[in-house]
Amino acid sequence: MDEKETPQKDRRGFLAGAIFGMMGAIGAAIGVPALGYLLMPAKARRKEVWIEAADLANLTVNQPEQVVFQRERRDGWKFVTERAAALVVRTGEQQVVAFSPVCTHLGCAVSWSENEKHFLCPCHTSAFSTDGRVLTGPAPRPLDRFDVKIAEGKVLLGEIKQSAEG
Amino acid sequence: MLQGIVAWLEKRTGVETGVKLFLYEDIPASSGWKQVFGSVAMFCFLIQVVTGILLSLNYAPTPGDAHSSLRYILTELTGGRLLRGLHHWGASMMIVVVVLHMLQVFLWGAYKKPREATWMMGVVLLLLTLGFGLTGYLLPWDNRAYWGTVVTTQITAKAPIAGPYLLHLMGSDDGQIGVQTFARFYSAHVLLLPPLTMILMALHIYLVRRHGVAPEPNETAPPKKFYPGQVFKDTVAVFVMFSILFALAVAVRVPLGKIADPTDTTYIPRPEWYFLFLFQILKFFEGPMEIVGSMVLPGIAVGLLMTTPFIDRGAAVRIRQRTFAIGLVLIAGLGWAALTAAAVRSTPNREAWETFTPEEVAAIGNFRQAQCWRCHGTTPGDNKGGPNLADIAVREDRDWLVAHFRQNGANSGLRDLQWRQLANFMRNRLDDESVSSLQEAPQAVVRGAQLFMARNCGICHSINGTVARNGPPLNGVAKRRDRAWMEGHFLDPQRFSPGTAMPPYKFTSDEMGNMLAYMETLRH
Repeated sequence: MDEKETPQKDRRGFLAGAIFGMMGAIGAAIGVPALGYLLMPAKARRKEVWIEAADLANLTVNQPEQVVFQRERRDGWKFVTERAAALVVRTGEQQVVAFSPVCTHLGCAVSWSENEKHFLCPCHTSAFSTDGRVLTGPAPRPLDRFDVKIAEGKVLLGEIKQSAEG
Repeated sequence: MLQGIVAWLEKRTGVETGVKLFLYEDIPASSGWKQVFGSVAMFCFLIQVVTGILLSLNYAPTPGDAHSSLRYILTELTGGRLLRGLHHWGASMMIVVVVLHMLQVFLWGAYKKPREATWMMGVVLLLLTLGFGLTGYLLPWDNRAYWGTVVTTQITAKAPIAGPYLLHLMGSDDGQIGVQTFARFYSAHVLLLPPLTMILMALHIYLVRRHGVAPEPNETAPPKKFYPGQVFKDTVAVFVMFSILFALAVAVRVPLGKIADPTDTTYIPRPEWYFLFLFQILKFFEGPMEIVGSMVLPGIAVGLLMTTPFIDRGAAVRIRQRTFAIGLVLIAGLGWAALTAAAVRSTPNREAWETFTPEEVAAIGNFRQAQCWRCHGTTPGDNKGGPNLADIAVREDRDWLVAHFRQNGANSGLRDLQWRQLANFMRNRLDDESVSSLQEAPQAVVRGAQLFMARNCGICHSINGTVARNGPPLNGVAKRRDRAWMEGHFLDPQRFSPGTAMPPYKFTSDEMGNMLAYMETLRH
């Protein structure tokens, strides 16, 4: 290999640079849109939906209930209507909190244990108190909560808000 | 550091030697710009693979979901329209480049001994490329896709002896196209054709390497290396091709039409531009002769292409001496252009709104009367306060839409009935192909359709597939009757058709003008 700077070598360097430059430009012209396509969320406009889940009159203070309701969920290019559940706790005369019954550890279904008076996950025995805090087990954060509204004696559930870590 | 890694890899895999062997291949001193097309074709294929895989990540290959998933790609995913545009125009680009590649090889006589097998594989690759186009055409599952494929399968069905078997193979025993045909076309498009093409391309390139690039006759100059001179030229050509492709994908929007509707008799199927000449040839052969246009001639053409190296055994490869070859190419090119032009010219150019029902045309009038365009753009890029109707899929249900119209168009003087017409239009009609009608349908015509709806003409008269009783269907009325007759008939039906049940309509002169304008669009 000749290390001297010669016109021949200049030309080779220029050609190699041009080849890589053009290929790089093509790669970027496809790669950047491809990244946006794969990583950006779909542009769908979110609609605020409140679903009637329970009658306030049927709930006893501090007595958790599992309620089942129908909801419409967006699944890619489809809208699916499906059954969903919430763990509803009446905490006062006009106050209700609703937890998503999905364990924050690995997503198993959490249910109320009448014997032990807390929410139990059957998979890895995480336990949550009636205010959603982690009592024992591997769950990293409290149960997620629904937005809750009370109107005309009905409990309305909105979006699920992810709980903070710890 | 980098050198260390390369050395490590070289010791274990020999990759550096391999790459160098590839790059420092000897090529004739005479090779240059005319030999770039093979590389460009390969690159086209690569783009189709990349964009195809990306599309498939959000595409559901069944008739039930294909259309809505593609619409999701186009309207809701970042870059979705661009990627689909690249894939769509990339298919056309690939045909163009492959044909250019073949022309170069043909004109310079590069298929001659010992390169016959290379050429024949190239012909098979051309057929595979066309196969991609044919199978991919169905996948958007809009009317264009559906009806185009109906024609394809029907042509195949007419093949002697093999016809019914081929039809069965395409999953279309009863001549209908459904889940089975769709599954088979999709499978061919993504599972069968790509590996076949890759294998043949690899063999094709192997043979090019084995025989070397065809030199000029009596070439005496010492050979040069493939890299960097020729690689640079190839890359420039690839770059130019890609720039054109990218510009097409950005500038020319590929519409996604209305979802495939096997009952839509108003749709006129047209194949992709590179098949138009075949489509035109079919018109020259009627009845039992049809097979000549659909099978015999194309079969002979492919056979001649395949056997070109054996037909032309002459030694002449100097381009100046190949007058016969040049003449052949010119004649073929002219013939192709003439057939394609004839096919384009004979395509009835019906505007989207000419296929609408009266209610749908009237809905355009309602859209304008309520000045919906103040907030909603109707052409790509024309973004105003509200969502651009050219860029979204309407998912809201009819009740939501009617409530939205009532709230935002309170001063327009429109009533619930008309809001419902508009809501139906938005739900059932609005798509990439029809959205332009909101701007382009002539105002007199849409006013005429509004009048047609207001006077309940549709109870007795059908237009574009609506259900009506008693009165004659109005499709084609503009061909049957002239303007003066229609005007007189509105004013005094008994004088023109004695005994008719149609009452006289005393329209104002404006109303009459609009109504007649609408009637005069009903030519088909």
